[in-house]
Amino acid sequence: MSVRVDELKVYYRTLRGDVQALDGVSFEIADGEIMGLAGESGCGKSTLGKSLIRLDSRMRHLGGSVTLDGRDLPVSDDRGMNEFRFKEVSIVPQYAMSALNPTRKVGKIAEELLESRGIDFDAVRPELERRLELVGLSTAVLGMFPIELSGGMKQRTVMVLSTLLNPSLLIADEVTSALDVSSQRAVAEMLVEFRERHFVKSVIFITHDLAILYQTADTILVMYGGRLAEKAPADDIISRPKHPYTQLLISSLPEVGVRHEEKRLSGIPGRPPSLLDPPTGCRFRDRCPLAFEKCVEQPPFVEIEPGRHVACWAAS
Amino acid sequence: MSTQPRALDERGDAAAPVVAPIVPAPAGAAPGAPRVRRSEFLYFALRNGKLVLGLSIVLLCLLIALVGPLLTDHAPLAFEGPPAEAPSREHWLGTTASGQDVYSQFVHGLRSTFVVGALGGGLAALIAMVVGFTAGYRGGIVDEILSMLTNVVLVIPTLAVLIIAAAYLTVRGFVAEALFIGFTSWPWAARAVRAQTFSLVSRDFVDMARLSGRSSRQIILREIAPNMSSYLLLMFILLFGGAILIGATLDFLGLGPSNAMSLGLMMNNAVLWGALLLGTWWWFIPPGVGIMAVVGGLYVMNVGLDEIFNPRLREL
Amino acid sequence: MLRLERVTKVYKVGTFGGTSLRAVDDVSFDLRAGEIVSLIGESGSGKSTIGRMVLRLARVSSGVITFDGSDISTLRGGSTKAYYGEVQGVFQDPFSSYNPVFKVDRVFTMIRDGYFRGIGTGEWHDKLHGALGVVGLTPGEVLGRYPHQLSGGQLQRLLIARALLLDIRLLVADEVISMLDASTRIDVLNVLADLKQRGLGILFITHDLSLGNYISDRTLILRHGRVVEVGPTQKVLGDPRHSYTRALLASVPQLHRKWGDEELVASVAGNGTPALPGDPGADGLLAVGDGHFVAPEPEAGPS
Repeated sequence: MSVRVDELKVYYRTLRGDVQALDGVSFEIADGEIMGLAGESGCGKSTLGKSLIRLDSRMRHLGGSVTLDGRDLPVSDDRGMNEFRFKEVSIVPQYAMSALNPTRKVGKIAEELLESRGIDFDAVRPELERRLELVGLSTAVLGMFPIELSGGMKQRTVMVLSTLLNPSLLIADEVTSALDVSSQRAVAEMLVEFRERHFVKSVIFITHDLAILYQTADTILVMYGGRLAEKAPADDIISRPKHPYTQLLISSLPEVGVRHEEKRLSGIPGRPPSLLDPPTGCRFRDRCPLAFEKCVEQPPFVEIEPGRHVACWAAS
Repeated sequence: MSTQPRALDERGDAAAPVVAPIVPAPAGAAPGAPRVRRSEFLYFALRNGKLVLGLSIVLLCLLIALVGPLLTDHAPLAFEGPPAEAPSREHWLGTTASGQDVYSQFVHGLRSTFVVGALGGGLAALIAMVVGFTAGYRGGIVDEILSMLTNVVLVIPTLAVLIIAAAYLTVRGFVAEALFIGFTSWPWAARAVRAQTFSLVSRDFVDMARLSGRSSRQIILREIAPNMSSYLLLMFILLFGGAILIGATLDFLGLGPSNAMSLGLMMNNAVLWGALLLGTWWWFIPPGVGIMAVVGGLYVMNVGLDEIFNPRLREL
Repeated sequence: MLRLERVTKVYKVGTFGGTSLRAVDDVSFDLRAGEIVSLIGESGSGKSTIGRMVLRLARVSSGVITFDGSDISTLRGGSTKAYYGEVQGVFQDPFSSYNPVFKVDRVFTMIRDGYFRGIGTGEWHDKLHGALGVVGLTPGEVLGRYPHQLSGGQLQRLLIARALLLDIRLLVADEVISMLDASTRIDVLNVLADLKQRGLGILFITHDLSLGNYISDRTLILRHGRVVEVGPTQKVLGDPRHSYTRALLASVPQLHRKWGDEELVASVAGNGTPALPGDPGADGLLAVGDGHFVAPEPEAGPS
């Protein structure tokens, strides 16, 4: 097992109380697996990604553990994670491409980043250039300023930099959201390529776009209200979703070929629960058409078929 | 310092894990603001040591300035007492070298200090806002012209101009001094207002106001200024304190009013009459402390207010 | 109703404004009442600029935009206000469209102050509640709140309600759902589709082909400011003739076929780009079918 998460609980402390962003999540990712992490705003997917690398100082770790390649990841300890960041676990944060310092050339940014990790830039430079060419960028990029690159190019550069040391786990947080359609495809396919070439072992691909996960991910994990809803191989979850939320979500996606006159799609009424004061039991129960009395009790995330986990009384 | 920049993930999250950006409703702009916002502002205001300390000092000085002259019947410029006498029951802060009552001079001087600050600072703030808003909102050629004007006023050697003016004007009052300060100390504030206006003008709600048929003047006053209200307040306080300092400096150099008393003038006279050498500390220490207290109090208050208005500076 | 004729927008960029950037280049199309036209393009295609020009928030460099036959760039003062009584816009970022220091009701009171000065309170309430009902919102849950207390979907629908108060004939919707969650997107889209049934014309600007396909009658594909393909939506997206349109369609992630299968799509649409008959029309486009036009492509080598 490459990554194993066990009952992870993370919260944010705010003026108005504690936001329970992650409420006891457990799952596993196999070696070489690209797992898509899907959900809407406020479901906790970004929090889950960030908690595995502990990059946000506002987070408080409440409980649970994470194991990577058999070793315990010190996810409650900022300092402890320093050793693992960038080398074992790497993240491409949301809007990473806008985070490139506009006053520095890309090569200099890379150099400073690596030197800060104690790595000799000149030693890894040939590998860096090789990878840049692999993703379709010329090595001249190192001599350019970020403003001279397009969104897709910047995103690819950031992804190459993040995976330079071949981390075991790559967390890609909404890496395709801000891009054009053609760049989206290039970047998504790049993630798969990195896995093929063993630049990374496992990938957590966080996005709200189920369609792109269908194209690239091996398995998809759907989250809702800080808890896991469903996890299954990508093809299965799209063709036969078990959790009502997943079903409603998929049926609300317009596709090329579907017109309003022919088939009127509908969304999910209501809003996601506030994580400050979440409802007891199943978090989706207020909006769920299949809710019944048992739903006041939190359904466990169980394996109903080999490789499929669902947290729903109606489905299991 | 003004409107909080909002990242997409914060905004997108239904249960925002960050402290909700609090923009205190400025008086009159949002009538009937819900209780939570007012009390949240007061909550932070009362807990901020710098604000409380600074405000107390300034209010104390103001009180002395208002009430002080009523407690004495010595006129500030009257040569009544024995020369250079130490503080006594008759003259609470002693007398000057020519027999004037120092206490009387101090409290009257404090008054005129506040007047110069308010008038000069207020005028500078007004000009800064007019120039800054117009340049920021209109852009283009109007901005070019106003920026040129700002730069010209910025580099004018105010001291030289004042010396020349002093040579021509035989009798100068406080109002003239305040006006002079007002007309020359606005450039940095105008630039700041212009920069903030630029960033606000590109926000969609300005376009929305245009689409509602609002005129430019209305948009500036009712859309942009309220968003910058905290910033404008801080700016005014800085201009106020700055005006006091400049006024005191001018007075100290002998370029101040010729027909009244101020703290700077007291210090000027004290030095001219050898107070430092003769050890008549009661003549130059009170005005110095007075200026320091007022200006220092204002600046400390400013830092405190900045922390309150900008949640990111706050410690949770 | 709305017509763009050879509209071009040139920006001066670079240090000292040396170089110029053609954000929109010789674009022409028209929009009839009760019709939804999609402007589809990637970033830099000029689609948002066209929307802003139609809303008179940006000036046209050359070419003419007419509404009901009159040139909108000649409008001044009172006639501009009248124009906004017929044409309104909703933008991409719902949270940026509201002034954060005020409650959301203010967008409605601004309309009232501007266009319904003497209206009675009761009449105004009825009008307001009616507009909210059309977009599917209940007054109790949205009025009296601050923008940060509502969701993106609710805010966008409020803006559409605001536009409806004015009895407009044309709505410019610029990427109105790209910042919303998947489950609320469709609600807003359905509102727009319903409005079309009531006779409203909509200029729907988006980068997402699936959305354009869902509601629009005609589609324009824009690239670097130029029109690349235009026609009835089902023709343009079902039988794309331009290689750019084809490339876009192939890159859109679908839920029932994978990217690797696009050879199938290409073969269905025709092998390569067949030689297009005829000469380009006045706007530089070749006709390939009923109302379906394509920009000519340079002679390619073997595809």
